[in-house]
Amino acid sequence: MKIYKFKLVCIAICATLLFVQCDDDENGNVIVQETCDDGIQNGDEEGIDCGGSACEPCIDEIDFSGTYVQEDIMGRPGVNTVFSGADNVKNMFNTSLVSDRMSFQATFEETLEDYHDIYGDALGITIDYETNILGLDAPTFTTVLAQFDALQVAPNGQTTYYDPGTGVVLTGRTLADDVINISLTLMFGGTSGTRFDGNNGTPQLTSDGVDSGDRDFTLPFPYLETPITQ
Amino acid sequence: MKKTNLFAAIGGACVLALSIVFVAADHIDAPAVAGTTTDIADLYAFEGDNPNNTVLIATLQGPLTPGTVTENAAFDEDVLIEFNIDNTGDFVEDLVIQAIKRGDSMYFFGPAQPAQTGLSSEIATFAGYTAVKISTTDDVQTATNNGMSFFAGPRRDAFYFDFNRFNEVVSGSAAPDGFFPPGTADDFFDELNVLAVAVEVPNSMLGSAPPHVGELVGLTGLPAAYNVWVSAKRKQ
Repeated sequence: MKIYKFKLVCIAICATLLFVQCDDDENGNVIVQETCDDGIQNGDEEGIDCGGSACEPCIDEIDFSGTYVQEDIMGRPGVNTVFSGADNVKNMFNTSLVSDRMSFQATFEETLEDYHDIYGDALGITIDYETNILGLDAPTFTTVLAQFDALQVAPNGQTTYYDPGTGVVLTGRTLADDVINISLTLMFGGTSGTRFDGNNGTPQLTSDGVDSGDRDFTLPFPYLETPITQ
Repeated sequence: MKKTNLFAAIGGACVLALSIVFVAADHIDAPAVAGTTTDIADLYAFEGDNPNNTVLIATLQGPLTPGTVTENAAFDEDVLIEFNIDNTGDFVEDLVIQAIKRGDSMYFFGPAQPAQTGLSSEIATFAGYTAVKISTTDDVQTATNNGMSFFAGPRRDAFYFDFNRFNEVVSGSAAPDGFFPPGTADDFFDELNVLAVAVEVPNSMLGSAPPHVGELVGLTGLPAAYNVWVSAKRKQ
């Protein structure tokens, strides 16, 4: 008896849903109420799934004209903010071509040495940049930073800014990569990578001391976490 | 208001740090773009879950405090976000993937050879496009088309960095100690958000990669690699 009643209720509910949600189109097929993603032009749409009162405007009605001029640009993390120094140089860097940055190299090298001077002065000794763990001296390192400021992205193999586990370097930038520690090590780590690592009375300049905390880098596309909402 | 306060706080920190101030990866990197809708925060480029794909992510307008500042943050219809891919090794873009907001959607064009390279761009309307509804804090929208995936909307900032101590380090006020040890150091970006644009694209659409630029300075053994950068361009 209970089962019989249950079936009746189910049939009634299903029938109600059918009549509320479905309609006949011109071909006599039963379709779901028109939507903006059903692949056909229906309702008051002006094209397939576009225009009308409910959908996005059709592409040929949207204005994509005009000229857009560069205001900001970024390749590797921190290059402009770390090495350009003066505000006017930062602005110039952002409005420059990647392929036309030779003039920034001298400024970058000067900035790099200034940072070493800060700690040399504090310690009462002379400290200059030392060829880094990649074997790049100051002119070459700052040339790479100034003139080749793009992320190198390998289509085949591991992509990482630097993975100390595999030794792979400069093949991309993942969300998890500790680009700050990598950059600091290249700037202050010297040939060993540990020159100013806070040990043996040295300043700690090769790590900022923070990791990614509770961030989750294992998510599917778009790979980034939902916003913090608190 | 919170964003204003945060910005004021950052500005205050900048004053304290005198002339040498670093602000994050590219967040608020220069006076002319700081606090504007063209201000790029970060660029990521990495192999997708599908190893035949590359993921390009640009974040902008960071940092955004949680709550109303994040909820009210919006892409600008006058700002073209452009991923640039150099696949010949001359640091001139051979392909672009462009993203621009119209209505409540982000329209993506490319990858396509741009009509012109350099500081000025036009939208590559001749190339195929895909529109994705811009996500909100609690409504995630993605679109897929022709093997590509697309997203635009607010996300948690993936960037981590003891920003405040960094300013002290480079201004000299942290000398001679330098950075704090783990546990004492503080990740400034831990609870902050950004606006993000993400594209996942099959490598087959990006052409062959050129020899790695590191070879020019004597770095050997590096794999062939595209040169990739992101630009934000404003309509004139």
